[in-house]
Amino acid sequence: MIPQAIISQLPILQVIVPLIAAPFCALLGGRNRAWALAFAVSLVTFAISAMLFASTLDGTVLSYQLGGWAPPIGIEYRVDALNAFVLLIVSGVGALTMLYARESVAYEIDERHHGLFYSAFVFCMTGLLGVTITGDAFNVFVFLEISSLSTYALVASGAKRDRRALTAAYNYLIMGTIGATFFVIGLGLLYMITGTLNMADLAHKLVEHGDSRTLRMGFAFIVVGFGLKLAMFPLHLWLPNAYTHAPSAVSAFVSATSTKVAVYLMLRFLFTVFGFSIPFEVDVLRTIVLPLALIGILAGSIVAVFQEDLKRLLAYSSISQIGYMLVGITLLTPGGLMASIIHLFNHAVAKAALFMVAGAYVMQAGTSTISDLRGVGRDMPFTTAAFVVGGLSLVGVPMTVGFISKWYLVQAALEQGWWPVAGLIVLSSLVAFAYVWRFVEAAYMYPTPDGVIRREAPLTMLIPMWIFAGSSIFFGLNASLTSAAASRAASGLIAASSLIWQ
Amino acid sequence: MHHHLILRVVAKLLLPFILLYALYVQWHGDYGPGGGFQAGVIFAVGFILYALVYGVDALVRVVPRGVLVGAMAVGLLLYAGTGVVSLFLGLDYLDYSRLAHDPVHGQEWGILLVELGVGIAVAAAMTAIFVAFATREPDIDDEDW
Repeated sequence: MIPQAIISQLPILQVIVPLIAAPFCALLGGRNRAWALAFAVSLVTFAISAMLFASTLDGTVLSYQLGGWAPPIGIEYRVDALNAFVLLIVSGVGALTMLYARESVAYEIDERHHGLFYSAFVFCMTGLLGVTITGDAFNVFVFLEISSLSTYALVASGAKRDRRALTAAYNYLIMGTIGATFFVIGLGLLYMITGTLNMADLAHKLVEHGDSRTLRMGFAFIVVGFGLKLAMFPLHLWLPNAYTHAPSAVSAFVSATSTKVAVYLMLRFLFTVFGFSIPFEVDVLRTIVLPLALIGILAGSIVAVFQEDLKRLLAYSSISQIGYMLVGITLLTPGGLMASIIHLFNHAVAKAALFMVAGAYVMQAGTSTISDLRGVGRDMPFTTAAFVVGGLSLVGVPMTVGFISKWYLVQAALEQGWWPVAGLIVLSSLVAFAYVWRFVEAAYMYPTPDGVIRREAPLTMLIPMWIFAGSSIFFGLNASLTSAAASRAASGLIAASSLIWQ
Repeated sequence: MHHHLILRVVAKLLLPFILLYALYVQWHGDYGPGGGFQAGVIFAVGFILYALVYGVDALVRVVPRGVLVGAMAVGLLLYAGTGVVSLFLGLDYLDYSRLAHDPVHGQEWGILLVELGVGIAVAAAMTAIFVAFATREPDIDDEDW
């Protein structure tokens, strides 16, 4: 079928196919040429990550060395069950948002900027895929910067619709750069101790090294750096504005992928690199990250209830959903980890659908303010129905993906006897119902204001939107594939760490 | 007559040497300190000096914006493309051993090509950043501050 020579090169092709396509997008320019290339490339990337996913599902670990230099010295790309799963999420969301982007971007961005816009979009995808696939800690930083810098530009390109996109992008730039800097400082400290940057080698040498103040500092810097990137509760301030003012396709793509990739990095560093070889690491997670995650879950949901803008509401809901993933991590059990990993997928699917709905409103109704969208359920029935499905998934209603992840999470919390945590998760689901209902009520229970004409979104936007909405039902009914992947990934992480789990 | 006559003459005298020095740093990178990034910056400095003395419009006439975007893309493609060539030669990405008759020369040529790509991309990006800031039309009039 496919020659072995190509199969062995898949890990690098995953990154360089979009990397090479991105400058071509800039050269091709407008009139859908850049879009066509970006869309074709995103499909190829998705196919590659599907192949990688299929070949790692049985627990195989693929290793690829760049430039013919063997791992501890050269850069290694390493694909296991966990990052193959994340690669699949990123490239899948990328392909579908690219389909969605055609109409949405044509409406929201000047045609003379299309070439550069799609170039930045594909670069962002390259960066996220690179961060996920690499087994080299410094390479993580390089790709993190590629994805972040292009995201800043993408957020700023929302300035045609709303000038506030510029300040949002600038805030994100400052906060994101601080996050990346913290990560590099932490990495520098680790390099000081071990003299290596390969993740597997780092893990090995850190266990030998034992406890020291340098290691603790490095750990703290890296956790805070990722905390900024994944919008952990008090470090989330960049997120609401960035998601609100970015062009709709960018909001959908970035909300579904970039924080997820940061959560993946957190998992990778906590379990594979640090591996909990010193008690300090567990203490930090339990006494600092866990309370912050719980506050984030509740505060994010409560603030979301009071938002006037639909996109901002969804952004605050993201902060609370990230809290769930962090709680799952801090449980430090296979069940909790599995809940986090499965929620990566489930939340990506639901949030992408919801932001696509918001983007369809922006295009067809010219606004994403909830009070201006009264009665929109009658004018745009398919779009609004997709919102209802995605919203139910955020709440965690049975038969949606949100239920699956919350079920696993509550179960894992109860196993540990963390009753208050389980209670808080259920409570925040009720709050989530409040903010979802606010919009559903406005969309269905009020008449359309006089003189407002809104047409249903075009098919190229409805199809990706409904693929996401549909998969948030499909994987809610039949979670065998996602839970198999998540539990395989979770047991891989636990096995790599020094945690002892009976 | 022009203002700053001395500045104009000196700048014009310096320009070729700046560009030449950039090329020296570019090609000397594998024997001594230097390489694509530094060379690119020095090369861009030549263009920026030209714009500072003769005005940014003159610079945009010499290198239009499209050329800058194109050069950035070409530079990156040269870098990434060199790696891809080694894929077609049956080696891993960025392994240049088969680019020439023997591995040592192959590695050298590979690095030279990659550094050339870096140099072009950096020079274009630096100039583009300068042009972007220098030609920006203010949204607010000076009196309105």
